[in-house]
Amino acid sequence: MPKVKIPRKSTLIDMTAMCDVAFLLLTFFMLTTQFKSDESVIVDTPSSISEIKLPDTDIMNITITKEGKVFFSMDNKNFSREKLLAKMSEKYPVLQFTAEEEKAFVLTGSIGVPLNQLKDYLGRDDYERKIYNQPGVPIDSSNNELGVWIMQGRLSNPNVRITIKGDQGCPWPIVHKVINTLQDKNVNKFNLITDLEADPNKLKGM
Amino acid sequence: MAELEQKQVGTKGKKKGRKKMSTRVDLTPMVDLGFLLVTFFMLTTTFSKPQTMEINMPVKPRAGDPPVTAPVVAASKTVHIIIDEENRLFWYRGLATQPLDPLAETNFSALGIRKVLLEKNSSIDGMIVLIKPTNGASYKNVVDILDEMNITNVKRYAIVDVDPADFDLLKEYKKI
Repeated sequence: MPKVKIPRKSTLIDMTAMCDVAFLLLTFFMLTTQFKSDESVIVDTPSSISEIKLPDTDIMNITITKEGKVFFSMDNKNFSREKLLAKMSEKYPVLQFTAEEEKAFVLTGSIGVPLNQLKDYLGRDDYERKIYNQPGVPIDSSNNELGVWIMQGRLSNPNVRITIKGDQGCPWPIVHKVINTLQDKNVNKFNLITDLEADPNKLKGM
Repeated sequence: MAELEQKQVGTKGKKKGRKKMSTRVDLTPMVDLGFLLVTFFMLTTTFSKPQTMEINMPVKPRAGDPPVTAPVVAASKTVHIIIDEENRLFWYRGLATQPLDPLAETNFSALGIRKVLLEKNSSIDGMIVLIKPTNGASYKNVVDILDEMNITNVKRYAIVDVDPADFDLLKEYKKI
């Protein structure tokens, strides 16, 4: 019987093509990526059928946590955060910020401390700031610091849009207070941040 | 494993010529690295921007403003939705003191409030919905109702405070 000779083939594969693909994908992801912002609080937003996208810049965001704490943040387009802090210390001459504190304010995300704790909060290092137990910006009618932040924020960036990012479980009266504060400052148009939900009217058409 | 084959070109006799090294490099580690980074960027990226819902509130009257007469609305055209603290939902039409459709409980589902709104919206011309969240209502429920306005295409709606008369109605309803 003649033996059929199967030629032994090398198991080595040319990796060049795979390498090309990997780096193509890598380039794509590197260019499209936007890092998840480092939020100091976790908020689970309710869902809606609204499909309006949120722009990246000119945004002033008010976050409300489940416990009803209020946080304030603003993007730093055209150095509006620096301007905001300068305006705050102009209004409250007691708060004289050092250069380090100013830098910390620009880099940090949301602010959730009353003004009298702000200097202490900004004076800490990154890690301490992360674990700092922020009590939230006061919104009582007697001491409405959120209103001051909104006012100064709009002065430092007149094109700013205001968004409210509330947790599903947060009580309505707190949101109502925030909305009232906005209305007091003549802000009658604002956006609520929500998750996307399927529109039943569109589903029907499918 | 590694593909570093050095082809022996020169024969024993010819020692003068330099050894020709293969130009092929093993790309496996590079591919590994590539995919590792791809995975990293895939996991850290946020593709979808958050959605937003636009809200317009009426301008608050200020001291010194000329007095504004409140628009007169036919009571029969108003539908009131009350959200209470136990995630329960109630609605009635007309005035709280003499409702045209009596207070009834409904729910947040498609067969609940949405059906009511669609029915009323088609039968009443120029319907106005008044959303009344009580102090214990959660933010989610309010957003759900606002969303329902978008779904059912109700054009005129407002968020207002709960009247004492509404509380009386609720109390009476819950007693039964």
